[in-house]
Amino acid sequence: MKDFGFTINKDRQIDMDTADMRVAEYVKTHEPSFNICIACGTCTATCSAGIFTDMNLRKLFTLVKRGEIANTRTEIAKCMLCGKCSLACPRGVNTRNVIVKINQALIKFSL
Amino acid sequence: MNYDPFVLPLCIGVIILAATLAYKYLYWILTLSNADKFKILKGLFSFRFFKACKEVFLESLVHRKVFKVNPLLGYMHMSFALGWLLLILGGTVESKIHSHRPFNAPYEPVFFKFFNHDISMYPWADEFQLLMDVLLLFVLSGLVLAIIKRIYSRFFGMKKTTKLRLGDRAALMTLWLIFPLRFLSESFTSGIYHNGGFLTDGAGRMFATFLPLHNLSYISWWAYSFALGIFFLALPYSRYMHIFTEVILIFLRNFGIRNCKVYNSFSAVEVHSCSRCGICIDKCQLLTSARIRDTQSVYFLQDVRNNTVREDKAYDCMLCGRCQEFCPVGINLNNIRISKRFDFTPGNKNFEYISQKIEKTAPVIYFAGCMTHLTPSIKLAMEGIFRASETDYIFLDKDGTICCGRPLMMAGEILKAHQLIEKNSKLIKDSGAKTLVTSCPICLKVFKEDYLLNIEVIHHTQFILRLAEEGKITLNKSDLKAVYHDPCELGRGCNVYKEPRQLLNKLVDLQSIKNEAEYSLCCGSSLGGLQLNSVQRDHIRIDTLAALQKPEHDLLVTACPLCKKTLSKGADSEVKDIAEVVWMGMKG
Repeated sequence: MKDFGFTINKDRQIDMDTADMRVAEYVKTHEPSFNICIACGTCTATCSAGIFTDMNLRKLFTLVKRGEIANTRTEIAKCMLCGKCSLACPRGVNTRNVIVKINQALIKFSL
Repeated sequence: MNYDPFVLPLCIGVIILAATLAYKYLYWILTLSNADKFKILKGLFSFRFFKACKEVFLESLVHRKVFKVNPLLGYMHMSFALGWLLLILGGTVESKIHSHRPFNAPYEPVFFKFFNHDISMYPWADEFQLLMDVLLLFVLSGLVLAIIKRIYSRFFGMKKTTKLRLGDRAALMTLWLIFPLRFLSESFTSGIYHNGGFLTDGAGRMFATFLPLHNLSYISWWAYSFALGIFFLALPYSRYMHIFTEVILIFLRNFGIRNCKVYNSFSAVEVHSCSRCGICIDKCQLLTSARIRDTQSVYFLQDVRNNTVREDKAYDCMLCGRCQEFCPVGINLNNIRISKRFDFTPGNKNFEYISQKIEKTAPVIYFAGCMTHLTPSIKLAMEGIFRASETDYIFLDKDGTICCGRPLMMAGEILKAHQLIEKNSKLIKDSGAKTLVTSCPICLKVFKEDYLLNIEVIHHTQFILRLAEEGKITLNKSDLKAVYHDPCELGRGCNVYKEPRQLLNKLVDLQSIKNEAEYSLCCGSSLGGLQLNSVQRDHIRIDTLAALQKPEHDLLVTACPLCKKTLSKGADSEVKDIAEVVWMGMKG
């Protein structure tokens, strides 16, 4: 078959059998503003760590909500907690505390 | 030797109290770091010792700082502390003169009137009677005030007084009983033998007319002894532990020991020195604006003391430092809060990605800070001022990547903050600079406090003022009316109050406001308040803005990018950073 340079995207269905919702549940309980995130990406646009690395807060939050937490630990370690994302957030999500809570959940569930 | 079984409750109480205190204080001092122990040794034989003695007299006994908050409140504290001490000293001297011996049973001064019915047989007997009764009246007047304060605290300039736990309430009740019982037992005895002064003798003669004093007096001495004994037993486990611990704290502090964000035995001494006076409660904007009633420093320290710190309480605080500024004991409340947050901050951090290269060397480094990058007009103004003054400088975080570490520090992630501090310190060292200028007071605080830099660290207000004084830039005064909002981290955090005002006086018509300098309110966006939701933050911001409205002004000036960004939302007038005001004038 002729190769036109297109690839097939990975299936983006959420597999509930492998999804680990514990982190998401923990964060939602302890920082309820996590619920109102609309994944607009303003936090990612202003992120200091995002300038030098591929850290992407929007992606990270979305993956946590989907229960895909394989890379969460290494990604979240890059955050300097400077708080620009919290100030920029148009929805008033307390992103700094969400990050602290994700960290706590990772330790709590030994992930 | 005079003896009666009723002295036993007092004696048992005193012995157990002395043993408990000795054990606790020795444990705390022995578990200090070796460097701190050396400081104690050095301090004991220096003039600092006498300085500490003076401070103990002024703060632990006279309660000078409480007087400054409210004279009536100060009088209440002084009457208990100074009055009781003088009663003890006066009683001791009196009993020793009476017995003609330098040593007598230690309970004799306390129950002097019970054992000695004839009081005319020793020198200055009348003077002693008068003095002891005046002192008793002094303490009793304080007691009356204490009861009024419990019922109606506004009388003392306090909107709220401390809520008490059961243990504290028990200790409080016995403390309140001690002096009335002393008054009653001395009066009853005096009613029979006429051995009292103007107060007790007068009251005794009155009681004798309608009370069976022979029966009552013995019972009242028992009750007095029991009240004292129970109070001394409860003391180490109640808030009254502060009576002795504050003295230890004052000495340690004068010897140069400081709280360094890690909970150690010095922090324990600080925590136990809290008298729970409650002055911090009214100062807390989380109470006055956000209606959070159980997180104020006095309650937090109680949790620390009882080892029951809850995570949400550790984080419910903006670290604005208003409580600390007014704490009459001078406890470093912010650092204690941070040290306890540390217990709840697991997780790893990896900052390997931060570049450690520096392109050139220059005498001045400019560190804008994350928040300044969010308010680029301040950054542009500063760059303009640097250009106009022909300053050779390095813009250290031009690409906006490096964080100073203070936000991590405020979140209690001290170890991770130190990773950033290490990286930034190396950069600053490599630059060969003599002066570090920062636009963000949050950065300024950590550069001053936690970076061990051998260079000068100043805020841009201080830098601009210096440029103006050296004639490198010219400031143009406008006739705009302005008010100045002190940022928490700049004012209370780094003690920079003077320079911004000197600078503004050269620029605008500066109006004075009600809550300024150390009384300044927090804008609500403080990075210390991790847990506050946007509604609570808004309440704080709105109240702060309302307080800043008076007097009429055209310009609201601040010196912190975070305050500027927060206050811009909803302010009636224009909100500007000082650097912008300067640059605006220079551009014309």
